[in-house]
Amino acid sequence: MREIVVISGKGGTGKTSLTGAFAHLASNKVVCDLDVDAPDLHLLLRPQTGQTEEFFSGHVAEIDKGLCTQCGLCASMCRYEAVRVDKDTFSIDPLRCEGCKVCVAFCPVGAILFPEKYCGRWHISSTRFGPLVHAQLFAGEPNSGRLVTLLKQQARQLAKFRGNELILSDGAPGIGCPVISSLSGADLAVAVTEPTPSGRHDLERVADLCGHFQIALAVIINKFDLNPEEADGIEAFCRSKGYAVIARLPHDPVVTKAMVEGRVVTELPETDFSREVRKTWRKIEELAARGRKD
Amino acid sequence: MIVSIASGKGGTGKTTVAASLTRVWKRPLVAVDLDVEAPNLHLFLRPVIEESGPAWIEIPVVDESRCTFCQACSELCQFKAINVLGSVVLTFPEMCHGCGGCIAICPERAISPGKRELGEISRGRAGSTEFLMGRLKIGEAMSPPLMRQVKSRLKDMICASGRDAIIDAPPGVSCPAVNAVMDSDVIVLVTEPTPFGFHDFKLAWEAFAPFGKPMGVVINRAGIGNREVYSFCAEKEIPLLAEAPYERAVAEAYARGRIIADLSPEFRNIFVSLYAKIFELAAGTLLMEAPHA
Repeated sequence: MREIVVISGKGGTGKTSLTGAFAHLASNKVVCDLDVDAPDLHLLLRPQTGQTEEFFSGHVAEIDKGLCTQCGLCASMCRYEAVRVDKDTFSIDPLRCEGCKVCVAFCPVGAILFPEKYCGRWHISSTRFGPLVHAQLFAGEPNSGRLVTLLKQQARQLAKFRGNELILSDGAPGIGCPVISSLSGADLAVAVTEPTPSGRHDLERVADLCGHFQIALAVIINKFDLNPEEADGIEAFCRSKGYAVIARLPHDPVVTKAMVEGRVVTELPETDFSREVRKTWRKIEELAARGRKD
Repeated sequence: MIVSIASGKGGTGKTTVAASLTRVWKRPLVAVDLDVEAPNLHLFLRPVIEESGPAWIEIPVVDESRCTFCQACSELCQFKAINVLGSVVLTFPEMCHGCGGCIAICPERAISPGKRELGEISRGRAGSTEFLMGRLKIGEAMSPPLMRQVKSRLKDMICASGRDAIIDAPPGVSCPAVNAVMDSDVIVLVTEPTPFGFHDFKLAWEAFAPFGKPMGVVINRAGIGNREVYSFCAEKEIPLLAEAPYERAVAEAYARGRIIADLSPEFRNIFVSLYAKIFELAAGTLLMEAPHA
């Protein structure tokens, strides 16, 4: 089985629109949206939800005001400024609470509860392109990395059960916790960038991240015609680092048009852009086959 | 006054708005990049960095000669960062959230604070604007502890100088994004009128509305996509603070590192008006204009 993850560093480079098109073009696969914070792939794939599960992760402290003696020890030990003192009432700000349990362990009167945290929901759905494993983390919640890991486990189980050979995932922006979790176990990362100062800067960071975890990387320069010289610069950078640049795609309003229709670009009447996207997918398949570990 | 520039979806123009606002801001200002995973504001403001240094998180260092392997530390740790196996103590610094619990609970005082680098914090100046940014180290998973340190530096800078602050926040609505906006006075949500932009805008609005802070929207790339975001804002009475039209020439100028407010007097005026509206929004005197849904 192969696992391909589409990432970008910078948001808004076209990662999800391209993943949607690849989901259309790929055969025999499970699709997975690993951007659990602000997922968008379902807007293109319009899933029919089959199974929904609750995601619990970590704990949050809660002060029992009836037992609290207002000694202030919790507030002095909390590293996250999560203990609020309002007149003589102590309470925990759940958005700041890191769930470290220090206040719970040290409260001299045992006045702090530590319930498990309900952080989000995940789903296994069916779409016109096959099954989609996806989730929504609730606002302000941490542990997105754990939810990403859970989604990947579900996708692997499902793919194994169905005899699928590929897991195609849409990653999160950035280089932190959810992205690191997305990359773990991947055979190939596909980074979508754009020829802007931010696009290039964030590509360099996400490429270093792939290097750090020894994940093979291929690069797509989207909207290359917005700044062809910068696109050349990005290509030269990739060449110097040994990353394959597999496509230069033009800035095309057809991407937004498809999004508004709830479809992917390759489902619309063929354009230069969608032809290039098809070619790009073939290259990704070749690279992933070459990089397979099993 | 602290103004956060946030968005659900990445790439809608947060940094563009933050940089352009910086250009037209009339009062003394600190421009802060809190998108520590992918900081980009410096690429547009091009500050002269005056000071840059590593940011650390506290981690446990165990003196095994004093340890009795009682496991009090590993039982407390919620992050699997310290583990006692027989007569060996294993620490996993990259899992540690720096809560200090193991150090405090150890009955033998066998654990002392060490440190692990999270990234770096830089301070500088772009013209008369002070500049502050955090940059997460590659391979580091945890951005909130670095963001907390940047925010604490910002607090010192504001207290000392009385300056306003513009925060370029990370995208999304999970803990890094919420961390960035929770201490600000005004939240400006930047979106684009596309299905992705609208979907993530709704998530952000739902996430930030409970803070009860004045919040308004800037619609970037107006003219593409559809009108869903306008209808939603009208229905929820979310003030539309500014609209920047989509023009290919603007996208090309941005790709060359230009700040949109510098492109033409028309574009500059969009942000001059946004500046005024942010103050009206903060003061509660902003008149709701019905967005033309």
